[in-house]
Order: sequence, then C-alpha cells, then structure tokens
Amino acid sequence: MTASTAMLSLEQTPPMAVPFRFFLTAPLFGIAACLLAGFTGPDILLSRWQPALLAVTHLFTLGYLAMVMCGAMFQLLPVLAGVQVVRNTALSAAVHLLLVAGTIALALAFVSARPVLFGVAIAALSAAVLLFIAIIGRALRRARSLHDTVWAMRLALFAFAVTLLFGAWLAAGHAGWGALLRRFTDLHLAWGLLGWGGVLLAGVAYQVVPMFQVTKEYPRWLRRVWGRAVIGLLSLASALLMGGLSSRSAGYGLAAAFVAFAIITLRLQQRRLRRLPDVTVDFWRLGLAAMILAALLWLLQPWLPPAWAARAELGWGVLAIIAAAVSLISGMLYKIVPFLVWLHLNNRLQAAGAWQGRIPHMKQVVGERWTRRHLRLHLTGSVLLLGAVLVPRWLFYPALLLLLAAFVVQLRNLLAAVLLYRRVAAQ
Amino acid sequence: MNTISHYMSGDHKQCDELFVVAERGVADGRWADADAAYALFQQAMEQHFAMEEEVLFPAFETAAGSSMGPTQVMRVEHRQMRELLQQMQQAAAARQADEFLGASETLLILMQQHNMKEEQILYPMSERTLAAGGDAVLERMQALRTTHASG
Repeated sequence: MTASTAMLSLEQTPPMAVPFRFFLTAPLFGIAACLLAGFTGPDILLSRWQPALLAVTHLFTLGYLAMVMCGAMFQLLPVLAGVQVVRNTALSAAVHLLLVAGTIALALAFVSARPVLFGVAIAALSAAVLLFIAIIGRALRRARSLHDTVWAMRLALFAFAVTLLFGAWLAAGHAGWGALLRRFTDLHLAWGLLGWGGVLLAGVAYQVVPMFQVTKEYPRWLRRVWGRAVIGLLSLASALLMGGLSSRSAGYGLAAAFVAFAIITLRLQQRRLRRLPDVTVDFWRLGLAAMILAALLWLLQPWLPPAWAARAELGWGVLAIIAAAVSLISGMLYKIVPFLVWLHLNNRLQAAGAWQGRIPHMKQVVGERWTRRHLRLHLTGSVLLLGAVLVPRWLFYPALLLLLAAFVVQLRNLLAAVLLYRRVAAQ
Repeated sequence: MNTISHYMSGDHKQCDELFVVAERGVADGRWADADAAYALFQQAMEQHFAMEEEVLFPAFETAAGSSMGPTQVMRVEHRQMRELLQQMQQAAAARQADEFLGASETLLILMQQHNMKEEQILYPMSERTLAAGGDAVLERMQALRTTHASG
C-alpha cells in the first residue's frame, strides 16, 4: 500500500449530499405511512395480510429504515471500515432514486393490486439493493480494518440480498405470476428486520456505543459470535420452513440472541462513564426495551388463545418496526447529523484558509428541546399504537396523530440542521 | 503486551476518562472541580498530541517516505481538536455551561472518530511500517510523556 492510497482512506468525508439525501427522505416516508394508515382507517389493524397494511409496512421498512441505513452506510464506511467508496456521489444518488421509486411503486401496487406496479417495484428495488450491495460489498472487500463491525456489515449485506430474493418472490406472487407462498413472508420479514437490520445495527453499535456514550467495550465473544449466530439461525429457519418443518426452534435462538444483545447494551449504557442527560441514550433505551418486549411477545405466542394470534402478530410488528428500529435509528441520527454539519462547516472554513471562526457547535445545530419533543411524541405514539392493536376504535387515530407529529418534528429537526449549514456556509 | 497500539490506545482511554470528569463538573455547576479536571484533561491531550506529532508521525513519515500520508490528516484533526479545546477553556473561564457542553459534545465525537481511525488503521500501519524500529519509537514516546508530566 502506498502512502497516497492510505491518505485517501483516512481523509474521506463523503460530500454532505450523500448521506443527507437519504436522511431527509426517511421522515417523509414515515409521514406518508401514517397518512395512508389514517385514511384507510382502524380496520387496517384487523389482519396483517391486508394490502393497505402491507403498503404501510413497506413505507416504514423500505422508505424509512432501509433509507437511513443505506445513507448511514455510505457515510460510516470510511470511518468504521477505513475504506473510501469510489464515485460515491453519483452512485449513492442512483441508489436513492431507485429506492424511492421502488418503495412508492410497491406501496401503490399493494393498494391498487395492479401487476404492472409490482413489476416496476421488483425491478427498481432489485436494482437499488443489488447496486447498493455491489458498491458497499466492493468497498468492504478492500477494508483494512479487521474489526467485527466489518464482518457484521458483510453479513448484513448478505441478509439484505436474501430479503430481496424472498421479497421479489412474494411480490411476483401478489402480481399473479406464480403461487403466492404466504408462509415465506415470515422468512422475508425475519431476514430483513433481524438479518439486515439487526446485524447491521449490532455491528455499528459495537463501535458507536462505547465511543459516543463512553462505555466499556462490548464483550469480545458477543462481537465475534452474535452476527454469525443470527445469520446461521435465519438460514436454519429457512431450511426448516422450506422443507415443510416448523422453524420454531430457530426462532427461540433468535429471540434469545436479541434479548441478550439488548440486555448487554442496556447494562453497558447504565454503567456509562458519561452520565449527562442525553436524548440519544433515551432513544436507545426505548428501542432496546421494545426489542426485548417483541422477543417476549413472540415467545408467548403459542400460549395465547387463537383469537389473539392476529393481534399478537400486529403487536410484534409495532414493537419491532416502530418502537425498536425507528427509535434506535433516530437516536443515531441525532449524533451523526449535528456532527456532520459541524464537520463540513469546519472543513469549509479550513479550505478557505482560516482556522479561527465561529462555527455553531453540535447542540446549536439541533436543539435539545426539539429532540426531546421528538422522543416524547415517538414514545407516546408507539405505546398508543400498541394499545390500538387491542382497542383500535379508541386509540387508532390518536396514536397515528402522535406518530405523524413525531415524524414531522424529526423532519423539522433535520431540515433545521441543513438550513443552518446553508446559512453559515453562505457567510 | 507492549506495542504502539496497546500503549497509545490506553492513553486514549485515559483521556476519555479525564474528559468525562471535566464535563460532568461543568454540567453539575461545580466550577472549581471542573477547572481542575479540565486542566488535567487538556494536559493529557497535549501530551498525547506531542507524542504523536513529535515522535510517532515523523518516524512513520520517514519510514513510509512521505509526509502527505494519513499522518497529515491526523495533524489536521489535532488542530481541529485544539480549536475546540480552546472554546471549552474560554467557556469555562466565562462560566458559560451551555457553551462548554456544546463544544465538549462536538469534541467528544471528533475525538472518538479520530481515535478509531488511529487505533484501527494508523497504529497497526505504523507497527508494520516501522517494523523493528517500533520499540525505539515507543520508548521515545514514553520518555517524552515523562518529561512533559514532570515539566
């Protein structure tokens, strides 16, 4: 390795537009999901198989979760893995465009049941995911950091590919091109949420939790084993289910893995050295608590009366997607976004040859009062939506209004950061 | 195990611990404690910068045959950190807690991502590049730290 390639890998902050394009889009999809659910009405909570609910779910998982995760990976790869993504501005814009188009097409396809829209969704989302995997996978192959995070990222990419495969298969079934194999829905969902989402989250957590919250390191055994175990169990579950057997045994292992990860993270945070009030830690606590509850609910399911099965499935979705994943991602964004604004302003100042200058610090980029407001809205909205699964008539609209407000506040906070950047940069 | 990685990563940890004490003092409004803790933190940071800028980086640059490599980026980040340290010191002197905590939050993230790049990339790379010369570099850094601490 020459010194110049080494320099590239350490220099490397991608342009602002690369991650922010994704970050600013995500709350818009959150808002769209709340609106679609609201206009459909409380009946959307009758069963998980309703087309409108499938549309809402994908607005959250693809439009919000995958959107932020892709943007964050373009941003974090140089720092966490020590590799630069080549031509990342153009390529990330292409991934973003395809992901947005594919998500909208998929939601419309569910609502309208038009095969051609499923076709568009399959094409656009396949292109988005495969392009993303090709770009990030290529960068990860060159990664010189041997940290467990790099391994977790590789495994997460593999899970993303499997999720796409099952998803495309199911979408083709919806379009009427072959049998619709509903029993593979749980595999699609598990590979997406637990494999792609969970393994990537854990891999990033190995580094950002000790760093940002000044905690001890995650235990080495956990970092070594966790992601591999989750992918192994997902593979086992897939093999069992496709062989016509019950995948319950693999599910126990997955539930145990996620409870263990959540408890270990909560303990690390509880003993953190930096004991200042920190809204991002509160987002983490909410997300991790929801993760534990989702696992417990899944374990309880066989003992619930059959009439409750549909509610338990919906409750699991609310816990895993809204209360766990959206919270954890929001918590991370409130560290990443203010820092990036500060960093880019600082770099501009230096590029202009100045070292001294007034640059707003992180707490001026996104005010703590507004991030707290977001947290409170999201927390109460999630709790009420969980209640709405039991008593839709009373709680459905209040829950959606609160969640809608939470996404609007998040969008406001992210926009405030970008506008502040523009204002200061223009000076 | 005494390697550049091990020794310098340990020093990062010590700086983190001092940082937390100073920040906590400001957040609690215990300014006298905060001033004392901040002085220790700043001294530890300067020592760490000195070990790298005066010993490790030049040795690495000589061995690698270039001063435009990763060490250049690390120097730039040191300069950014010094800028934030100065802001924190001014805020502490003026007893402006919000100003101090905003700057310290920013410093924490900058410092942590900087440390991560050093610990995962630069230190291992230095050990490989310096090879047998690594031990001597480590000894010179330890010696420098002792003189700083006593001086």
